[in-house]
Amino acid sequence: MLRPFKLHEPTSVDDAVSLLGRFGEEAKVYCGGTELLLAMKEGLLRYNHLVNIKTIPGLDEVGYDQGSGMLSIGATVTHTALEHSPQIQSHFPMIAEAEGNVANVRVRNVGTIGGNLCFSEPHSDPGAFLLLFDTQVEIQGPGGQRTIPLAELTLGPFETCLEDDEVLTRILVPQFPQGMTGAYLKFGYHARPTLGVGVSVRVEPTTSDGEHIERAVVTEVRVAVGSAGPKAVRVAEAEQLLMGKTVAELLPGSNGGESSNMNEASRLAGRAADAMDDIHGSGEYKEHMIGVFLKRAFAKAVNTRQPTVQSPLS
Amino acid sequence: MAINETQRPDIDRIPVSLTVNGRTVTDNVPPELTLLDFLRDWLGLKGAKRSCDLQVCGACTVLVNGRAVSSCTFLAFEARNAEVTTIEGLAQNGELHPLQQSFIDNAAFQCGFCTPGMILAAKSLLDQNHHPNEEEIRAYMKGNICRCTGYKKIVEAIVAAANGD
Ligand SMILES: Cc1cc2nc3c(=O)[nH]c(=O)nc-3n(C[C@H](O)[C@H](O)[C@H](O)COP(=O)(O)OP(=O)(O)OC[C@H]3O[C@@H](n4cnc5c(N)ncnc54)[C@H](O)[C@@H]3O)c2cc1C
Ligand code: FES
Ligand code: FES
Repeated sequence: MLRPFKLHEPTSVDDAVSLLGRFGEEAKVYCGGTELLLAMKEGLLRYNHLVNIKTIPGLDEVGYDQGSGMLSIGATVTHTALEHSPQIQSHFPMIAEAEGNVANVRVRNVGTIGGNLCFSEPHSDPGAFLLLFDTQVEIQGPGGQRTIPLAELTLGPFETCLEDDEVLTRILVPQFPQGMTGAYLKFGYHARPTLGVGVSVRVEPTTSDGEHIERAVVTEVRVAVGSAGPKAVRVAEAEQLLMGKTVAELLPGSNGGESSNMNEASRLAGRAADAMDDIHGSGEYKEHMIGVFLKRAFAKAVNTRQPTVQSPLS
Repeated sequence: MAINETQRPDIDRIPVSLTVNGRTVTDNVPPELTLLDFLRDWLGLKGAKRSCDLQVCGACTVLVNGRAVSSCTFLAFEARNAEVTTIEGLAQNGELHPLQQSFIDNAAFQCGFCTPGMILAAKSLLDQNHHPNEEEIRAYMKGNICRCTGYKKIVEAIVAAANGD
């Protein structure tokens, strides 16, 4: 049961910030409520004042600047809106696909990207796949606005660097470098993901028809893992092992071979996730599965551009 | 029951006007009232069910402006100015909705507890995608849990309704 609270509906971020400042610990931002209301129903969190930021004009907008390749997502944009945004579908297809797989349709219809990142629940998809881009977040507080890397927003489970009177207003996602493609894969039996692995990769030379892609060399690669541990992370050590290798060396599966670099990258990614034991499974199990999904996500990312290479695991 | 409904000062209430199954409803609701309690306890519409109370099972699914939501965790005031559809609103002039008829014809329920939510979720799917394939149906419906049927007949009922048989 929800305890009574007073609802505030500001029409500007400044007003929201001053309400949060005025009521201090008694107040909290309320957006889709899919996380906050659950915690309040359980009595885990108690607030006498909720500040509804969905009444602030402009925060529900998605914008894409063709020139700079920058995607700007307002904090109150829902997962469903991201999934169906024509701009995201054409310029960030990986994000549209991943957003369509968040939670269930009812949570996607109401839950927002800002709420997802600010709640910092470890089992989060956007928290992981947005790390493949140099994603920044805009935060507004009493002293004005600051922009920080997404990686610095999340401190740990249910903990961010936001002050009580700060509001996350916008998420800024730069386009991949020319020629880079990405894939995000998640796995789990419960409502929330057990683990998620994202890979983005650029290979050279590129061929328009995908022929001879096995001989192409990885010139840039990013690996992000999430949901399994306390927070999503990029795995630089795994990225280094994949750099400079040919696609054939890393995905020798079609010849029945194994890639020692890919295997080692998988092991390091599993380790970097800092996987925890919980109802989703043991840490050891998740660590192993992250390695399995790293291979699949790499194959999918490569095949997204050049659909001729067979994944060793498909 | 709505919490502290009688003790609350009116000043904290939020005036709302919405339509529920096409009927206009105007009221003042406390902010913490969930849409599920509003429908069941204030309006007497018992079709939406409470089960998990966590947005996992879908027994409480209703449509707000055509979108499926978990009414157990959706505040009633958020439905202001919206069109709310519950299972009670599907039959027209005593004639069952094609999805309702299809669930009967295909034996797509046993205890029936999940059925109002299943049918409303299926309606929101078919309203945006007239002929989904089985994979699309399963992906869309995965957030609605049924403990009885094993889902096969539910999928068949939705396919049949989409095909108009
Ligand atoms: C059954 C279920 C399944 C789920 N499955 C998945 C899944 O598969 N993958 C996944 O990634 N997520 C999943 N989620 C989480 C879901 O994505 C989030 O619930 C949702 O996006 C949160 O957004 P909200 O607007 O509802 O947040 P709220 O509940 O409104 O807010 C959450 C927290 O963030 C704070 N907050 C919100 N917006 C701001 C802001 N702009 N500035 C500062 N603070 C803010 C609030 O104060 C609150 O503390 C699941 C949730 C449920 C209930
Ligand atoms: S009761 Fe609302 S989703 Fe289960
Ligand atoms: S028919 Fe019993 S839960 Fe679905």
